[in-house]
Amino acid sequence: MRHIISILIENESGALSRVAGLFSARGYNIESLNVAITEDPSLSRMTLVTSGSEQVVEQIIKQLNKLIDVVKLIDFAENTHIERELMMVKVKTTDHTRNEIRSLAEIFRGKVLDVTASTYVIEVTGPSEKLDAFVAAIAQETILEVVRSGPTGISRGEKGLSL
Amino acid sequence: MFIEVSVELSGAQILVQSLKDEGVEYIFGYPGGAVLHLYDAIFQQDAVKHILVRHEQGATHAADGYARATGKPGVVLVTSGPGATNAVTGIATAYMDSIPMVIISGQVPSPVIGSDAFQEVDMVGITRPCVKHNFLVKDVTKLAETVKKAFYVATTGRPGPVVVDIPKDITDPNIKVPYKYPKKVTIRSYNPAVNGDKEQVKKAVDLLMAAHKPVIYSGGGVVLGEASKELTEFSQLLGYPITNTLMGLGAYPATDKQFIGMLGMHGTYEANMAMHESDLIIAVGARFDDRVTGKLDMFCPYAKIIHIDIDPASISKTVKVDVAIVGEVKNVLEQMITLIKDHKAKPQKKALEAWWQQIGQWRAVECLEFDRESPLIKPQFVIEQLYAVTKGDAYVTSDVGQHQMWAAQYYKFDKPRRWINSGGLGTMGFGLPAAIGVKLAFPDADVACVTGEASIQMCIQELSTALQYKTPIKIINLNNRYMGMVRQWQEFSYESRYSHSYMDTIPEFVKLAEAYGHVGMRVERPEDVRAALEEAFALKDRTVFLDIITDRTENVYPMIEAGKGHHDMKLRVATGTSTDRELA
Repeated sequence: MRHIISILIENESGALSRVAGLFSARGYNIESLNVAITEDPSLSRMTLVTSGSEQVVEQIIKQLNKLIDVVKLIDFAENTHIERELMMVKVKTTDHTRNEIRSLAEIFRGKVLDVTASTYVIEVTGPSEKLDAFVAAIAQETILEVVRSGPTGISRGEKGLSL
Repeated sequence: MFIEVSVELSGAQILVQSLKDEGVEYIFGYPGGAVLHLYDAIFQQDAVKHILVRHEQGATHAADGYARATGKPGVVLVTSGPGATNAVTGIATAYMDSIPMVIISGQVPSPVIGSDAFQEVDMVGITRPCVKHNFLVKDVTKLAETVKKAFYVATTGRPGPVVVDIPKDITDPNIKVPYKYPKKVTIRSYNPAVNGDKEQVKKAVDLLMAAHKPVIYSGGGVVLGEASKELTEFSQLLGYPITNTLMGLGAYPATDKQFIGMLGMHGTYEANMAMHESDLIIAVGARFDDRVTGKLDMFCPYAKIIHIDIDPASISKTVKVDVAIVGEVKNVLEQMITLIKDHKAKPQKKALEAWWQQIGQWRAVECLEFDRESPLIKPQFVIEQLYAVTKGDAYVTSDVGQHQMWAAQYYKFDKPRRWINSGGLGTMGFGLPAAIGVKLAFPDADVACVTGEASIQMCIQELSTALQYKTPIKIINLNNRYMGMVRQWQEFSYESRYSHSYMDTIPEFVKLAEAYGHVGMRVERPEDVRAALEEAFALKDRTVFLDIITDRTENVYPMIEAGKGHHDMKLRVATGTSTDRELA
């Protein structure tokens, strides 16, 4: 099963490699991983998407907690949460495909960020499945580049991940 | 001891003063370019004694042996690059057995880090998977606090090695900053468990009282957690059979009637059979290592399992447990003892009688018997004689292989911290430097290093260290002219194709020992073993190398071969069948 784990980690050099190294050393999957500073400059927040049996995910959480730099973490599988991923897609355009692509982007609440004579850059934000659907909906031969942030998540309501 | 008034010190002086304030007695190390400032500071004081080894691997094992024997953290100092990489085997050895160590490694100066400078290696990166934590010091004003944190992390919770990597400019003698060694540090992200959850402890005690075929399975955590006394009281209060892992030997007195021997791959028949037939296992500071469990889906098929461990990640890692208690084993055992004493139920007397009777039948198999009539020296006999000559009271270090198993099986350890071996990583070369570390800690105790002619050659250069620091240890070299354990597996699983498990140019160890300034003795007949051991231990102030020529075809029994369950042991077929006279 897919799990999104959100981690508060000390904002120190090497902290990211401790997490990445743990996953490769113990043979765990990483589907995506992103990290950035929080409102507290001493802390980074990392969102990690992984999958495995319940036993494996339980071990992943225990092993992450065992890392000295990990302050706190939350497994969103056990909490109602909001999940968002950002994607930018660069597509080839021609005079008669431009309108079609733009209306497709609108259906997905996407935005055109950059326009040239032969390309568009479209931004789409949402849960990962929505981004998958958008990529599937565009004519494959027009896609030049796809870049995705990997999901980030936050829990609903008062419960959450803070010190 | 504690400097209250802030003084101005260089980074090098801060490190040495921090070690002093931490109460460090010995550091084991080897100098080099990146640590020259540090060595100059060491030279100018004598509170912290430096032991110069002959190879950095030796430094880590010696510090490790010191730590295992005393319970205090072992401290290592190595230079950057090759000094650091040579230390890695010893760091990984300590990591696998959860030994508290602080390893100080020199690093190239901060401005050139990342430029492939001379003797540069990413020590923090290389050691990350085999340390509890590591630090790169970037600011000399943070040095004392970092050292304190390193000791705090290494010695608390589940102990382990911590590396502090110090760039050369941080130790510059010309840059002085105020020094104050913190009395205490806290790390917000690190809060090891202390006491067991009350509900879980109660659940466990209820299960214990209802058990008909219980087994106490205890491991190295009891030794590390100084809980030997509590484990003994707990076991004797219940009257249940107890088995120890390789790492747990000595935590419960091996000569006591409730002790059923070591369990696992080379455990006793009675211990493994009891585990297999048991209806309740209580694992105390043990981690269900694959050498203990055998094939996982056949492990303890009828048992409920209680697990006490300080590390939550050890729980249900390989074997799913029914009751998990996270906490220091000492505290949890105390909690249990109190509950057991007040419990309205008592252990199941009748069922226990039947259980002990069954265990008695397994014991009657006498799985550790060997051929006592052999004209060749049996390695098991040597260990028995070592036990007798040292009155069971020596510190015994070992290397890795058959001799290690024989030492574990035949030397009956009654006290914790007496049996010092590399269990998790299985590091050949561990025994000799570890023995030096032990002897420094306990100069008046008998220290024996049980080894083999293959293992001893992996760190043989430390014989020189043993001479320099006058650490008179006794090396018991069970010389079977084979890498015995490799040969044994090749005999059992590869139709005796002894691929590279034999060396045809083994040194003359007697001469080698003498060349290093020690006493060498060669023993070739069973009747000479006792006298040689007595003579060696009588030479109180000399390191003695006993080269004992043993039966080269002897195997370690019992054995659970890979992929088999506890009840499926290979036992010695009959005594006296394994002499290979032609090769001997």
